[in-house]
Amino acid sequence: MYTEKVMDHFQNPRNVGELEGADGVGQVGNAKCGDIMKISLKIENDVILDAKFKTFGCGAAVATSSMATEMIIGKTLSEALAITNKAVVEALEGLPPAKIHCSVLAEEAIKAAIQDYYVKTGREIPGGGCTGCCGSCGHDHGCDTEED
Amino acid sequence: MNHSKPTIYLDNAATTPMHPQVISAMTEVMTSVYGNASSVYSVGRIAKAKLEEARESVAKCLNCLPREVFFTGCGSEADNWAIKGYAMANKAKGNHIITTQIEHHAVLHPCEYLEKNGFEVTYLPVDETGLVSLEDVKNAIKDTTILISVMYANNEVGTIEPIREIARIAKEKGVCMHTDAVQAVGAEPIDFQDLGVDMLSLSAHKFNGPKGVGALIVRKGLKIEPFMHGGAQERSKRAGTENLAGITGLAKALELAVDNLPEKQTKIREMRDYLISEIQTNIPHIKFNGHPTRRLANNVNFCFRYIEGESLLLMLDLNGICASSGSACTSGSLDPSHVLLALGLPHEIAHGSLRLTLSSNTTKEEIDYTVSRLKEIVHRLRLMSPIYDMSLEEQ
Repeated sequence: MYTEKVMDHFQNPRNVGELEGADGVGQVGNAKCGDIMKISLKIENDVILDAKFKTFGCGAAVATSSMATEMIIGKTLSEALAITNKAVVEALEGLPPAKIHCSVLAEEAIKAAIQDYYVKTGREIPGGGCTGCCGSCGHDHGCDTEED
Repeated sequence: MNHSKPTIYLDNAATTPMHPQVISAMTEVMTSVYGNASSVYSVGRIAKAKLEEARESVAKCLNCLPREVFFTGCGSEADNWAIKGYAMANKAKGNHIITTQIEHHAVLHPCEYLEKNGFEVTYLPVDETGLVSLEDVKNAIKDTTILISVMYANNEVGTIEPIREIARIAKEKGVCMHTDAVQAVGAEPIDFQDLGVDMLSLSAHKFNGPKGVGALIVRKGLKIEPFMHGGAQERSKRAGTENLAGITGLAKALELAVDNLPEKQTKIREMRDYLISEIQTNIPHIKFNGHPTRRLANNVNFCFRYIEGESLLLMLDLNGICASSGSACTSGSLDPSHVLLALGLPHEIAHGSLRLTLSSNTTKEEIDYTVSRLKEIVHRLRLMSPIYDMSLEEQ
């Protein structure tokens, strides 16, 4: 049911852990729904120097977290904010339809961590920050999960 | 999936491998008995004789009458038929059905279907071990109650329900009693007469028989609508040319399963208890699910806190171990197993469930290997889990 790429990221997840003195931390999801993602970022001059994640969830949740951290390291904040859940899915060479919500969670976790950085540094959040599905409502992250 | 490790199959509640003698019996029928059991000529009569031989064998194993054995396409069909077939044939008597919150979906979904069609269904709760209360059963019965359906043993947590006692209550009140015994037949000694139920469902592939065949035992004289219309097969209750090879396989598998059953149960139970104690000794932050003693001999079910079941299954699979979970990710919805929730487990703990179901061939070495892998995998997943961190901080 999972692609080789997903299984690779699940078995050998990249960037697991938490950054000491992180510049931005974002946690999304809900234990009730069975997945929580926490991403921490090291940021300098608006560039993401390092990213780490911790995830409670299924194989796809672990793989999307791992891939998402890989995709944002070395990127500028605006480049990272432009990464969509679709891009994460494509990088993993696909996810089963029931697992698309995990990629949404990954996108939200990146955005939440960057938002946290903007808040901490007292800066204006580009585009207002919330994507409309930031998971902060505490439950439904199932929006925008239609597979195409 | 490719892995070099030998497979350790600990999902015998999902299905079982076929017994070699079952394969031989089926092969013989497929090779030499091609007739239609409904034909009058000798080739057909041979098929008919084989069919009735199988029916008699099943009846003997379960202590019922051969004419009470109706072969079906699977256990789910038997459950569907029992619920819908009885309700439709007896709707003049009443429209109320009693069942439990922990039934298999093959019982729950037909009940939900009937609710949409004018029936009323009471879903009884269970206690934290999965047991139904006899008081609750008694209190739920009303004038309109026509049917009670309670599973013999739960497929996820293995709890064995007080079926004989519930059947006695049903009989006193003149209510029909069905039991879904799909997990129990071949695993627990079952005597249809002594049990006192009116209908009982079973499935061959749960006891080393073939897939695609089951049976519904229906007490003589019970009024039930046909499941399938269009032929005189199965006393005109289940039309369609009989799956003779499958039926032969079911009968052979049941015969083998009930042979020396108490001895086999004792052996499996010892292994089960060893596995339970090894997990409890080696892995912290766990929750044992189900009943400690009123339990299927082969069932082990735990929740591992702070981790999610599907990740656990994938990791076990990478180590050659086949198991099952009641997590949302394996149920195809956002909610974890309805059984674990009915036992009162919170969602976040139910997501981390693992079911291991043994066979009489499970060895101590397999259990030791499984526990050593499990310990490492649970530890690894917890190190990755933000809620494990949070719990450590709270402590």
